[in-house]
Amino acid sequence: MADLLEVRDLKIGATAYPPGEPPQDITIVHGVSFTLRKGRVLGLIGESGAGKSTIGLAALAYGRGGVRITGGEVRLDGENILALGGPGIRGIRGSRVCYVAQSAAAAFNPAHRLGDQVVEAAVRHGSLTRQAAWERSRYLFGVLGLPDPDSFGRRYPHQVSGGQLQRAMTAMALCPGPELIVFDEPTTALDVTTQIDVLAAIKRAIDETHTAALYITHDLAVVAQVSDDIMVLRHGHMVEYGPVQQIIEAPQEDYTRELVSVRQIQKQEAGQQSDARIRIDGVDAAYSNHFKVLHDVSVHVPRGQTLAVVGESGSGKSTLARVITGLLPPSKGAVTFKDETLPPKFADRSKEQLRQIQMLYQMADTAMNPRQTVRDIVGRPLTFYFGLRGQEKTRRVAELLEQIEMGKGFIDRYPAELSGGQKQRVCIARALAAEPEVILCDEPTSALDPLVAAGILKLLMRLQAETQLSYLFITHDIATVRAIADSIAVMYQGRVVRFGPKSQVLSPPFDDYTDLLLKSVPEMRIGWLEEVLATRRMVSAGH
Amino acid sequence: MPLAALLIQRLALSVLLMLAVSVVIFLGIEALPGDFAQTYLGQSATPQAVANIRQELGLDQPAVTRYFGWLGGVVQGDFGNSWASGSSVSRQIGLRLGNTLFLAFWAALVSVPLAISLGMLAVHYRGRWPDRLINVVSLGAISLPEFFVGYILILFVAVQGNWVTFPSTVYDGMSFGQRLEAIVLPCATLVLVVLAHMMRMTRAAILNVMSSPYVETAELKGLDTLRIIARHAAPNAVAPIITVVALNLAYLVVGVVVVEVVFVYPGMGQYMVDAVTVRDLPVVQACGLIFAAVYILLNMSADILAILANPRLRHPR
Repeated sequence: MADLLEVRDLKIGATAYPPGEPPQDITIVHGVSFTLRKGRVLGLIGESGAGKSTIGLAALAYGRGGVRITGGEVRLDGENILALGGPGIRGIRGSRVCYVAQSAAAAFNPAHRLGDQVVEAAVRHGSLTRQAAWERSRYLFGVLGLPDPDSFGRRYPHQVSGGQLQRAMTAMALCPGPELIVFDEPTTALDVTTQIDVLAAIKRAIDETHTAALYITHDLAVVAQVSDDIMVLRHGHMVEYGPVQQIIEAPQEDYTRELVSVRQIQKQEAGQQSDARIRIDGVDAAYSNHFKVLHDVSVHVPRGQTLAVVGESGSGKSTLARVITGLLPPSKGAVTFKDETLPPKFADRSKEQLRQIQMLYQMADTAMNPRQTVRDIVGRPLTFYFGLRGQEKTRRVAELLEQIEMGKGFIDRYPAELSGGQKQRVCIARALAAEPEVILCDEPTSALDPLVAAGILKLLMRLQAETQLSYLFITHDIATVRAIADSIAVMYQGRVVRFGPKSQVLSPPFDDYTDLLLKSVPEMRIGWLEEVLATRRMVSAGH
Repeated sequence: MPLAALLIQRLALSVLLMLAVSVVIFLGIEALPGDFAQTYLGQSATPQAVANIRQELGLDQPAVTRYFGWLGGVVQGDFGNSWASGSSVSRQIGLRLGNTLFLAFWAALVSVPLAISLGMLAVHYRGRWPDRLINVVSLGAISLPEFFVGYILILFVAVQGNWVTFPSTVYDGMSFGQRLEAIVLPCATLVLVVLAHMMRMTRAAILNVMSSPYVETAELKGLDTLRIIARHAAPNAVAPIITVVALNLAYLVVGVVVVEVVFVYPGMGQYMVDAVTVRDLPVVQACGLIFAAVYILLNMSADILAILANPRLRHPR
């Protein structure tokens, strides 16, 4: 009887419209069941396409886009909410069950003040008067650690930061005093240093209000901090379901074991520093509005090694890549390739200089022309740099596809017919086609699921071992840095605050920022969050 | 304050644009083939008579001098005298523009609210038969040229039905009610022509916003559809709707040339067409400049309203 939410044999489907074929009904969730007691937190975890968000939204009897709930029951306090009509379900959404979206920046209406949006549900459902709701919102802003809680609600969404918006969204969900909150990847879009604050705020708010929660994420280390139970999902099926301790420490299923161990790739740091392939000396860079983004940046990448450039969003990592490629000429300093100083603008560089430096992007999707086949995408640099055509070009494309472990069967596919990991592999093949010495990797694995990302990292490392490629690898993820780097540059507000071999950068004594960054990376063990927060309190008490 | 700067920038741009347009109009009319004196004198156009008239009208002076003379007058509200009648162009335009604006005003008053409500209705019934019906009818209306719509209306409503009078001429001494009755048909034609464009844009703008994450947030708050459309979708769809409404309002003034001729309505459009046939260039220039001014003014207002509708600009960080 204590079960607040009971999901029984939930089946969810949608209609797919493959190009040139009749519409097909597809199943997204194949009969999932779980229960959630009052005040408890259940973590739903899995890769993209696992059906996590779809299940979370089903707790509000909502299907996004053309998604339909085709079978099963969702019982809230014993009542099947799927059987309710429009008015009935509207009475539950926003009053008894609330939702926190992944991107708060998109989920807040830009036209209204934050406070008006936070109190709207409570006021419209009549659970609080407008005045009482504003009172509660100010209290919640305080609980969630937002600055200046009394006036925070008078701001517009564009006037606060991403981490603050995510906490405001949590306040919006908590305001009507719901029995259940669905958190849909609430920290995925945030920097690690911000994520930890939001995570702590969410955990504290859940503890104080005794609200039950479904916590959806693809990051097992995150979910381990907030959940009581975990359900692992894959392709719409339940893989494993149990208490958080058992899932983390004694996973029963192979897939769960892979998820738990995915962060444990480690690269042996290259011992000898060989000659530098790319050297950046004292570079300053600014965008046209005179907003200076890089201050006196000096780093170098040796032959056959990987330099990881790590930092949070806005620290100037991607700008550094733009400077190296010549898309953004530096206002001071120089970029040297081998012993030759490169012209600042890419338009002034020779074809040979262009060929030596290739790029990999975070969004493989948008980095490929959707109207071209893999043959055209990978073949283009072959024609451009080496003048290959016809048979010869096809043979080389096939070779490159073998090299990225995909095989020539993919040669006539369009990007839309590839998975996320395959798209990034094709981008790697395109970069390799130019036979470069250096590849600039701008967060190439950030948009991928952990297991797929691990595959890409292994591929990049194999290619490096075989061909002595140098990588400048931009990332915000410390686990990735540990996995691939020989040397590390930590960037903060446009400056390199720490640069050196991996072992040196990752061992104490730390500067303040690196220390904060390293301590913010979630670790896959229960109680990690509490420990970090306790240390922080001790430090601030000590001061 | 960036908002004030933006507004001043828009105003300054509009003034510059007006100046540029005045140059283009003047040059365009300079380049027109045909000569007023030749047309005016017809058979009796001896070289001496032509030269006399040209001198009388100041056409013997260089183009630059004439341009600045004309511009100086325009800035003071004086468009010069008509070559054909010798009367003041400004006075004639005062009357004609009043008539055109009268027609445009009523056409706008009917079409804008109608288009926006039909657009919202189409959103509400998206994909179902009311949406399809609205789409098909509005597409049909947009596809037919306005003179054709006009003649069809004259045939069925005025000639066969005999419900309203034709032609739609208005003159001094008509009562307000009589004037309204006179413009029913041209007004209906204009409404049909501009309705579809505004309706479809409203529909598209709101639909675009309806698929955004913050509308999903509103739905997940358990709000009802009407509140979602009115409070969460509409404020964010305002900018594109304002733009298309302004464009169509401009068309109601600028694009009436054909409709006024079809319905023999004494507005700016007919004035301009009459002037073109006799090469009465001061009138053509004046009409062109006023049409351009209306167009620029409405577009500038749309820009300014769209800026004011953007919370990021109203409330900077």
